[in-house]
Amino acid sequence: MSHHIVEVRDLQHTYPDGTHALRGVSFLIHHGESVAIVGANGAGKSTLLQHLNGYLMPTAGQVRIGDLPLTRKTMPEIRRTVGMVFQDPDDQLFMPSVYDDVAFGPLNLDLPGEEVDKRVIRALETVEALHLRDRPPYKLSGGQKRRVAIASVLSMAPDILVMDEPSSGLDPRARNQLISLLATFRHTKIIATHDLDLVLDLCERTIIIHEGQVMADGPTTEIFGNTELLSASHLEKPLRMQGCPVCS
Amino acid sequence: MPAIDTGFYDISHLDTLAAQDSVIHRLDPRAKVLTTLCFVLAVVSCDSHAVSQLMPFFFFPLFLIVLGNLPVLYFCKKLILLSPFVLFIGIFNPFLDRTVMLHIGPMAVSGGWLSFFSIFLRFILTVSVAFLLVATTGFTAVCMALEKLGAPKVFTVQLLFLYRYIFVLVDEGVRMVRARALRCFNGRGTGLHAFSQLIGSLLLRTLDRAQRIHMAMQCRGFRGDIRLNRQLRIGRPEILFMAGNLLFFLLVRIYNVPQLLGTFLLERSL
Amino acid sequence: MHMSDALLSPTVGGAMWAATAGTMAYCSKKVGKEMDDIKVPLMGVLGAFVFAAQMINFTIPGTGSSGHIGGGLLLAVLLGPHAAFLTLASVLTVQALFFADGGLLALGSNIFNLGAFPCFIAYPLVYRAINKSGTTKSRLVLSTTVAAILGLQLGSLGVVLQTTLSGIAELPFASFLLIMQPIHLAIGLVEGLVTAAVLLFIRQARPDLVGEADGKTTAAWSVNRILLGLAVSFLLIGGIVSWFASSRPDGLEWSIAKTTGNREIAEREHDMHRSLAELQEKTALMPDYALQEDSAPETVAENGRRFSMDPRLQTTAAGLIGGFLTLLTVLILGMVIKKSRTRHDGKPSL
Repeated sequence: MSHHIVEVRDLQHTYPDGTHALRGVSFLIHHGESVAIVGANGAGKSTLLQHLNGYLMPTAGQVRIGDLPLTRKTMPEIRRTVGMVFQDPDDQLFMPSVYDDVAFGPLNLDLPGEEVDKRVIRALETVEALHLRDRPPYKLSGGQKRRVAIASVLSMAPDILVMDEPSSGLDPRARNQLISLLATFRHTKIIATHDLDLVLDLCERTIIIHEGQVMADGPTTEIFGNTELLSASHLEKPLRMQGCPVCS
Repeated sequence: MPAIDTGFYDISHLDTLAAQDSVIHRLDPRAKVLTTLCFVLAVVSCDSHAVSQLMPFFFFPLFLIVLGNLPVLYFCKKLILLSPFVLFIGIFNPFLDRTVMLHIGPMAVSGGWLSFFSIFLRFILTVSVAFLLVATTGFTAVCMALEKLGAPKVFTVQLLFLYRYIFVLVDEGVRMVRARALRCFNGRGTGLHAFSQLIGSLLLRTLDRAQRIHMAMQCRGFRGDIRLNRQLRIGRPEILFMAGNLLFFLLVRIYNVPQLLGTFLLERSL
Repeated sequence: MHMSDALLSPTVGGAMWAATAGTMAYCSKKVGKEMDDIKVPLMGVLGAFVFAAQMINFTIPGTGSSGHIGGGLLLAVLLGPHAAFLTLASVLTVQALFFADGGLLALGSNIFNLGAFPCFIAYPLVYRAINKSGTTKSRLVLSTTVAAILGLQLGSLGVVLQTTLSGIAELPFASFLLIMQPIHLAIGLVEGLVTAAVLLFIRQARPDLVGEADGKTTAAWSVNRILLGLAVSFLLIGGIVSWFASSRPDGLEWSIAKTTGNREIAEREHDMHRSLAELQEKTALMPDYALQEDSAPETVAENGRRFSMDPRLQTTAAGLIGGFLTLLTVLILGMVIKKSRTRHDGKPSL
């Protein structure tokens, strides 16, 4: 699967009410890369992400996932390859129990019952949530929901993982567990987040989006060292890089 | 309608009770659903003045409570809270039906009082088994049972989704109500206008949520058909449970057992 | 108000379940075939919304007591009648199982009373008809209010009929009706106003959901259709109520006198009926139901109410007259609203 790349070429998107959410975004992500998409609220991050699995179609420009250009016909295949984890896990866990949610994807892929079961167990083990298999989603904590949401996507065996604000709302321990978990994934990871410290831990490359356009695209440490660039994009340095409030 | 926070508690409490493990809990949900329905039919088919005939029926809820490890007091409290409407209608009976039907010692009991007590007993019996069904089976399993028993799939899927999102929406509702309460003074702010705005924004958010859920479903390959990988099995315990209970209901429905018992004892003592 | 198992006979309960099951099967088929698969999550969360909304109270202006929304009409506007019926049915099922609102046998009746009437009669005959050539603020409020009242009146009538036909509660049809209908008139009015307020609120943010203007039919035609629907309903209700109002108390007394042979009990019944009669007088538009005030003196002593020669015909006539007057009021109201619209150049407000 070494040819699985994500290519976005001059992507533009205008919403029905006239908002120009994306005004020409281009980048190329190679297999196995871990890329962060950062930007202020309303910059266009979510809109961009929604193009990566075909929920939104470009108004202009092109999206390619692997060999396939994004069209209505290729959408099902693309959705098999790109797994998306949403910002609000309640939107993603809509089945009566954890097992049902994680099995939802494989069942829709028309896989036989035993294969589905195998995949579900494997996915739940990966996120360390196997003991939650029969629980209804409303009885899960924030961190557990997040992990189960990831499992529900993993069970489809995607090559590319796209995540929208994965660490939001998590307590410190859950957040650390999540970061450790994500670090073990060999998939191509595209993470949209405000959590710049997570970016430092997980993503070697960062793309800054500002007002629908790419402001910067390069190695994470380089970008986070550039103060003017960050403030022009309505961002600031990760807390780790801001100097100790106690000793300096 | 219960207040929003107590209603929420009720649902999640029943759900917790349903997650327990007992002989009754392990039975296939179809057996429990069918038996409960037969019970209700047997009870309501009794004569409108039946009082003593209804007594043996209490064994069934008792049986479920004992074998299912369920808290008696909790259900009793709920029954008391729910009785007003039915009693309000039934209380007219003693005034409207004055025909004396039996004598207890010197006291003449009219048909109206008998039918009133009958109504009260029916109420307790039918309401308690509805609760007990959920407390021993769980809502999700009841839905699966309904689907296997022939309910349209669109409807059972709707039930499952509804149930899943009740908690989310009630949670949002609780937060809004609390927020409203903090800004209401002297009884102002709880009127129609504030309510419609509150509900209106909740509705808008709900519609957005539906959009996002739909997106999540499509991302995982949804094409219009919800599939569930569940195995349901009818085995010996289920057959025993159903056959035993149905025979009991039939027996108790056809013969007025307490009356027979009473007559028998009276004859012995004479 | 909900039907209860305790007051239901298996025949009536079974019949209502058959009606409900048939309707549910039909709606399931229709929704299953319908276009969008967003219906699945939409129905689910809207059902949860109605469920939660029903638990939030508001104070009713003027009375100080608290009320809550029903939601049937709101769902019908947002989802269309078939999906709305299923959604309501699901909400009622959860309420029956968790809050014992009614009971399992009565669930069939409740789904029908609270679901079928708003979705399949009130919504198409009133709401859609009035809004057929475009929605304006006044049309929205009028159609929603009238539809809500109609839906609830029919639903409440359903409860009364089912209770009476079951024969478990002894409450006479007329008295029960006279308790239920006025209460539900008030509830319907509140429900209509609240639903209208919510729809107006939604309309500003999502005009695509509220205010579908289909056909090119003129306003006059749609007004005629709702009047027809209303006319039928009022005549039906008025006719039934009045017919029974006169016959039942007499029938009951007669049968009691026959079975017990005891006049004393029959006379105690008269007290009850006199107080019920007073209740009727207080709630009825036309007290005593009689067209002539001075009736034959011999009929006064016997049952405490004043009837002239042919009571049944008179009371039915009174009912029909009452129904016609109501219709007239609606017509006048409709004309007044039409006039105020043409005054503003016929442009829809909001």
